[in-house]
Amino acid sequence: MKDIFKLFASVGWAGEVLVRSTLHFPSVLWRRRSRAELVTQLYATGIRTLPVVTVVALFTGMILSLQVGLELARFNQEMYLGAAVMLTLIREMAPFSCGLCLAAMVGSAIAAEIGTMKVNDEIDALVIMDISPLRFLAAPRILALVLMAPLISFYCCIIGTVGGGLVGATQLNVDFGQYMSSAMSMAKTKDLFVGLLKALTFGLLIGTISVSEGLGTRLGATGVGKATQRAVIVSFLAILVSGYMITRMWYR
Amino acid sequence: MVSFDAVTKRFGDAVVLDGLTFSVAKGEVFVVIGPSGTGKSVALKHIVGLLEPDSGTVRTSSDRIGYLFQSGALLAWMTVWDNVALPLVETTRLSDAEIDTKVRAALTAVGLEYDADKYPSEISGGMQKRAGLARSIVRDADIILYDEPTSGLDPVTARSIDRLIFRLNRERGITSVIVTHDLAAALRLADRILLLKDGKAAFCGTPAEFLASTEPNVAEFVSAMKGGTDEKEE
Ligand SMILES: Nc1ncnc2c1ncn2[C@@H]1O[C@H](COP(=O)(O)OP(=O)(O)OP(=O)(O)O)[C@@H](O)[C@H]1O
Ligand SMILES: [Mg+2]
Repeated sequence: MKDIFKLFASVGWAGEVLVRSTLHFPSVLWRRRSRAELVTQLYATGIRTLPVVTVVALFTGMILSLQVGLELARFNQEMYLGAAVMLTLIREMAPFSCGLCLAAMVGSAIAAEIGTMKVNDEIDALVIMDISPLRFLAAPRILALVLMAPLISFYCCIIGTVGGGLVGATQLNVDFGQYMSSAMSMAKTKDLFVGLLKALTFGLLIGTISVSEGLGTRLGATGVGKATQRAVIVSFLAILVSGYMITRMWYR
Repeated sequence: MVSFDAVTKRFGDAVVLDGLTFSVAKGEVFVVIGPSGTGKSVALKHIVGLLEPDSGTVRTSSDRIGYLFQSGALLAWMTVWDNVALPLVETTRLSDAEIDTKVRAALTAVGLEYDADKYPSEISGGMQKRAGLARSIVRDADIILYDEPTSGLDPVTARSIDRLIFRLNRERGITSVIVTHDLAAALRLADRILLLKDGKAAFCGTPAEFLASTEPNVAEFVSAMKGGTDEKEE
């Protein structure tokens, strides 16, 4: 009973963080100083994660291609390999693996950073100076995730498709050109749109969850560790559940 | 400037402030002493509105309150200059030149004019507190709350911080509320001393009255402080 109460309280808190931070998005874009902070966050979110994201996307595409290709080969349908890999990536796997990467790399960093600030009284100090932590800290970080997640997801899709094509060409005897034209022929605008919508939602959720956990940190350094861990776990769950719901809404 | 009227604050079952009543006059140096865990920091947080009382009222007749946290609470990724400039950058429409003038003046007032470009991790604990103070001065705070401004510092640095607090009070008329464990500094600096015990005001008066007091809590606290230093010397 008490746990259920706690769950509702923390969902309510995250909701509050979400709404109030989103209301600050325009001011992040308007004010010169905030734009500088946004650029820093965009860099941390999009550029610093690129090496890991590239490897993850490449292998996601390669694994998909291998698994699907072997099955297709049993029915002599290898010419559809490109379409199968591309569709799976664009609809599900690209936003999903992009979301997991961002939660593990960016969300955890946000929770740890804000959590450390919280236990060092820096958050209280901001409040006393009439500087809203949600405007000053949360809004640029969440906005950076919202803007970057679709781009990263799109990038994952391209890298994954290429990775799948390489596996097709080297191990499954599927011509790379034929693979690519099959990939391009099947994907519809709707698939791209839903995939990007998913990524955007994941970005918003990861940002909100990580900021809420960071601001809720208690009990010193162990608290920071706990908050970071919770931010990653809750983000993973949110990605899975919301990913299913978005798929459910658009494809049935 | 600040008045507490029968303020009670609980955390769960623990009553931390229990009908606490006192007031601080404008321009006063008001020192709060008391054993660990009696709610001194909690009382300070009520003054700035970080905590709300469960019952009773807290009134503060200023909206420019400075707060010196024990850690200094500087933002780690910003230089000293940026930290001090932060409240002006974020909450005013001053030009860059005006901000720079004010920040330099505040840093000079605390003796950090040559350390503006350093990061908090590159300066000592005493300097971090000075930077935290500069951040309060730069907003023209007319009341500054100090939570253990000298604990964790060596005696020489501690004295220099004490002198700085005193100077800010005398030169700029900044009302000062100081929480400290340093009884000697309290007796030297204070216009009035409040002894907090079990969430209540066990004593409130001038240093002379404090020394002359026959209140058992005062005697107990004074002998405990002396006992504390004796133990260390053994
Ligand atoms: N946010 C909080 N939530 C729960 N309990 C708290 C909170 N803040 C303070 N307390 C409790 O209130 C009591 C008083 O804390 P406070 O920090 O005011 O003590 P203090 O007099 O400043 O002691 P010290 O001299 O050690 O700093 C402590 O028992 C502390 O555990
Ligand atoms: Mg304290």
